[in-house]
Amino acid sequence: MIPIIFIMPVVQLVILVYAANLEMKEINIIVINNDYGSLSRQLTDKFSSSPFFNVSFGNSHKEANSLMKKDKADIIMTIPHNFEKKLIKEKSADIQLLFNAVNGTKAAVAAGYCKNIIFNFNKDIIVNSPKLILEPINYKRINIINQFWYNPQLDYKIYMSTGILVILITIVSLFLSSMNLVREKEIGTIEQINVTPIKKFHFIAGKLIPFLIIALFELAFGLIIAKLLFNLPMSGSLLLLFVVAAIYLIAMLGLGLFISTVTETQQQAMFIAFFFYLVFIMMSGIFTPAESMPEWAQKINYINPVAWFMRVIRMILLKGSGFAQIKNEIFILTGYSITVLSLAVWRYRKTG
Amino acid sequence: MYENNIISVKNLTKKFGDFTANDNLNFDVKKGEIFGFLGANGAGKTTAIKIFCGLSYPTSGEVKIAGYDIYKETEEIKRNIGYMSQRFSLYEDLTVKENIRFYARIYGLSKIEIKEKTDELLEKLNFTHALNKRIKDIPLGWKQKLAFSTAVFHNPEIVFLDEPTGGVDPITRRQFWDLIYEASENGITVFVTTHYMDEAEYCDRVSIMDAGKIEAIGKPEELMKHYDAKTMDAVFLKIAR
Repeated sequence: MIPIIFIMPVVQLVILVYAANLEMKEINIIVINNDYGSLSRQLTDKFSSSPFFNVSFGNSHKEANSLMKKDKADIIMTIPHNFEKKLIKEKSADIQLLFNAVNGTKAAVAAGYCKNIIFNFNKDIIVNSPKLILEPINYKRINIINQFWYNPQLDYKIYMSTGILVILITIVSLFLSSMNLVREKEIGTIEQINVTPIKKFHFIAGKLIPFLIIALFELAFGLIIAKLLFNLPMSGSLLLLFVVAAIYLIAMLGLGLFISTVTETQQQAMFIAFFFYLVFIMMSGIFTPAESMPEWAQKINYINPVAWFMRVIRMILLKGSGFAQIKNEIFILTGYSITVLSLAVWRYRKTG
Repeated sequence: MYENNIISVKNLTKKFGDFTANDNLNFDVKKGEIFGFLGANGAGKTTAIKIFCGLSYPTSGEVKIAGYDIYKETEEIKRNIGYMSQRFSLYEDLTVKENIRFYARIYGLSKIEIKEKTDELLEKLNFTHALNKRIKDIPLGWKQKLAFSTAVFHNPEIVFLDEPTGGVDPITRRQFWDLIYEASENGITVFVTTHYMDEAEYCDRVSIMDAGKIEAIGKPEELMKHYDAKTMDAVFLKIAR
């Protein structure tokens, strides 16, 4: 078990962080260029020089469509044959962009990129080809310069690795604890414990503390790996992070032990633990910000300890938040731990 | 308070839905006795023993164990008994020493006391070399002896043994009974269930259960005389048909 506990975080951090890539690269665009002028070439060059697009040229719509059906193309751009002529004569011309929206998010982001490129193209012809402009317009506009705080390079790995760390310690705490007590029911040792004068609280504490230590150790281990591999920033106090992590882990361990007390076999416990795990993780904002969920979902998140801790770990590590900024989260997590742990102690029966 | 009867059972009935596992049991066990609680599979022995150990509650009836009430004083009962279940119940992935220490600490024995008694015990069992062996690596007979020794390690008033010698070879069974006698000499009352009728003859008194009822109770010799049988085996067959 010990090797599994320590190999798991390395593998998860390395594989998941690199693979669960939120950046959009390698967007395959097929250009069907029916206009052979220099402007249409300028436009396609803009796509080629962008790091996001793989440009290839197609001859017919039929061919392009079949590639899209095979998922080999994400966008089909068609430039009509009188594109340049129309642009010069009428100051405006149309092109057609077709998006493969099977993955809606990807299509929307790709459309955004395309818009940007076409906007730049428009700007360029206004600036570089004044002969096109009969009545020069005063080209003044607001220039927007974006600055991204707390993750200036928009490095998705930093965002992801904090999420993976939370997943890691959640798995360790929730699953180990929910399997453990019910396993004793299966092998019969629980009966021997139950005929002793042991106090219910002592027994639950005895089940909780070892896993708490393992999970905290796992968090430390994961943080070191994330620091080495992804240069994860650690702006805030690590001590504070570990204190909050301990509170969070007590909540998850308490939940696991509670599951263990209400089930009779490891299968039952596994199913219930998995149910909670999946709902909690998916709603926690690990991949998508919880703030952009519908309101009802955000309300459910009030009882999702993973969501609270996910916020805390990112606030402490990325923003350097201190106790004052996260005291609300700490308060809620503490309340959660106390409630779940009391439930587990209450539901653990020494008679069976 | 109890005088001589360390276990006193009056009108004990335990029902699971429509099924009556224990039907109006009445008997007493005297302090220091070795009491054999016999019966066929499914006669209701384990159900009763679980009630006596405070693992479940009866449907009706009065039970006192070491003077404590089964309904209200289960934790006091638990402090004063030892229990060895049908299923083997030491921790397989802990060593002999760790298992003993774990249970002894629950009963509040001091570390020095535990160390001394452990050494003494293993020497007596001739098992000192296995002190740091994991339970899963030692043979069943030894496991059973260890489980018994752990159950009486804290010197309880009564020890409940639920089929302790199931699946154990005759030599080990004999050694096991030596341990039981020794515990009895130390003043521990022994309450034991078994299938082996030769073991029944080792008991001071036995009761024989059939279909949830106690059909006979008494000293083995008396029972053999009463049922005109030469062995306890024959007595059992007559009662259980």
